[in-house]
Amino acid sequence: MLKINDLHASVEDKEILNGINLEVNAGEVHAIMGPNGSGKSTLAAVIAGKEEFKVTKGNVVLDGEDLEDDAPEERAHKGVFLSFQYPVEIPGVSVTNFMKTAINESRKAKGLEDMPANQMLKMIREKAEMLEIDRKFLSRSLNEGFSGGEKKRNEIFQMAMLEPKLAILDETDSGLDIDALRIVANGVNKLKSKDNAVIVITHYQRLLEYIVPDFVHVLHNGKIVKSGGKELALELEAKGYDWIKQEATV
Amino acid sequence: MAYTEEELKKELETKEYEYGFYTDIESDTFPKGLNEDIVRAISKKKNEPEWMTDWRLEAFRIWEKMDEPEWANVHYEKPDFQAISYYSAPKAADPNKSLEDVDPDLLEMYRKLGISVDEQKKLQNVAVDIVVDSVSVATTFKKTLAEKGIIFMPISEAIQEHPELVKKYMGTVVPKTDNFYAALNSAVFTDGSFCYIPKGVKCPMELSTYFRINEGGTGQFERTLVIADESSYVSYLEGCTAPSRDENQLHAAVVELIALDNAEIKYSTVQNWYPGNAEGKGGVYNFVTKRGICEKNAKISWTQVETGSAVTWKYPSCILKGNNSVGEFYSIAVTNNYQQADTGTKMIHLGKNTRSTIISKGISAGKSQNSYRGLVQIGSRAENARNFSQCDSLLMGNECGAHTFPYIEAKNKSAQIEHEATTSKIGEDQIFYCNQRGIDTEKAIALIVNGFSKEVLNKLPMEFAVEAQKLLEISLEGSVG
Repeated sequence: MLKINDLHASVEDKEILNGINLEVNAGEVHAIMGPNGSGKSTLAAVIAGKEEFKVTKGNVVLDGEDLEDDAPEERAHKGVFLSFQYPVEIPGVSVTNFMKTAINESRKAKGLEDMPANQMLKMIREKAEMLEIDRKFLSRSLNEGFSGGEKKRNEIFQMAMLEPKLAILDETDSGLDIDALRIVANGVNKLKSKDNAVIVITHYQRLLEYIVPDFVHVLHNGKIVKSGGKELALELEAKGYDWIKQEATV
Repeated sequence: MAYTEEELKKELETKEYEYGFYTDIESDTFPKGLNEDIVRAISKKKNEPEWMTDWRLEAFRIWEKMDEPEWANVHYEKPDFQAISYYSAPKAADPNKSLEDVDPDLLEMYRKLGISVDEQKKLQNVAVDIVVDSVSVATTFKKTLAEKGIIFMPISEAIQEHPELVKKYMGTVVPKTDNFYAALNSAVFTDGSFCYIPKGVKCPMELSTYFRINEGGTGQFERTLVIADESSYVSYLEGCTAPSRDENQLHAAVVELIALDNAEIKYSTVQNWYPGNAEGKGGVYNFVTKRGICEKNAKISWTQVETGSAVTWKYPSCILKGNNSVGEFYSIAVTNNYQQADTGTKMIHLGKNTRSTIISKGISAGKSQNSYRGLVQIGSRAENARNFSQCDSLLMGNECGAHTFPYIEAKNKSAQIEHEATTSKIGEDQIFYCNQRGIDTEKAIALIVNGFSKEVLNKLPMEFAVEAQKLLEISLEGSVG
């Protein structure tokens, strides 16, 4: 589904991604771990098409199509979803209105009519229930005054509504208490299918107890320096990142 | 029976032929310049009684001694008042003019606003006479409203048919001496609306000057007078929900509202005069004086969405004369490219327990300058007066400006005055977030702007709100490069 080939990316002439190779197939969960500043969030942003980052070499291919010329919204229409580490606030725009706009814009791009209101409402109700989201929450302004946990839960709610092909969860566990973490992880697990794929970016092994990865990759200095199964996450948890760094420099 | 805007529009469409195509179109235009003879000639043209002519002349003499105000935060080349023609009958339909001759940008804008080709033709003065249109509007209203005793007609007709009301109220809220443009308007106004709601009557429909956009070519100096008698209610919609390319450079209107005891007037405006092109050439100077007076327990609400004009100078105000009276001002002002707006309100608290609310939302894009200017004045006898003001500014890009000039004068110690202000900027992060959810940049800006303006949009009547939203989107199109 997703194929990243020798991806180099920089911001203001500073190279952050330094030749990433990664293949993600439908039905798989990949975890990307690594110390601060290793390029994890940049990788997520580059896949989503954030313009601030310049791809200097290599490419990102989704379902055989190079995404290079696609604007962020076009990538979204093709099924790329990014759960933000720091979701932004949009005052005066309710969660419901935002979702309605997002869904209908994607439908428009595919040549479909707007989703009928009753269908939309039904969907909103189902997904909110799945993530144990209070209905009142849905009429609040997007992320405005939300707690850290509410923001992250809202991200996963949006993921549930948009039903992406490829979901990238950027540090979704940060700011979550254990109950919220479980709810969010359950939500992600329910949304997982043989047709979609999830990339979980995280610092800690904690989230991976709930969302069990098929593969774990360790990013260091903009490169994947080690890949393995879920046990690699445990090893990292036990030993920290230093041994990886050393291994990488050898 | 409640009339909706939609039904009214339909009714108007079907009545169009009944009232529409007059052939004896006046087409004369007065020579340029302004003097007493011109003022007399305007009055004569309108068959006005002597008292009206004298009233105009007095205004003219006052105007002659006045200077154009310079305190507003706007910069423009002052109009040459002797180079303007002060009476121009509606431009006759040019038989050779077709939609092909119309600026394609304008047509595109009409298309986006969902205005039919027929309406586009009307707006462009291609086939339908504009004043005729306006008369038919009033006539249509008249029939339905007459049963309730509501008077709604062009002010020129009211001067003929209801001189006692016009005489009694005109100039009582905005006197001839009020300011330069009000004095000018008083001398030369050529059209406008008059509305009277009798005691205890709740006007069953929104009164609207919806179609009066067509008068754009002539309506440089409109005069509107709304009188809500005791315990009555009226909601009045003004202006153009469709863009008008006003070829006249100067638009100086006066609006006076009179809310007698226990009456309520809700006055909504969507202003979209031609703002000039992207380089700042052309556009309308919109110098408008709007003011209302509230008697006991009365309420006046001004709601305005200002997207047009090259320069705007406008402060819809309330004089809270009666005890327990309420004034409200809800405003969205959008400036893009080289537009300049200096707009706000004055809340003059004279009576006891008077309350006022000011919610102002300024959105600046391009190289525009957007100023809020507001005065909250509490008189010495206004015990327990309260005001709440909120001024929010939203900036797009790095070349525009937002300014806030709040003035507070309190002469009574029991006054409670609150003022909140915020300035924010549409961030790249917000845009990227929307993009990532599949919402393109134009749509993202519209969404953010609508969210920002929501408190004010909510105050507009439903149909108006939808059009205002579209207008906001169009006004800001291309503002993020």
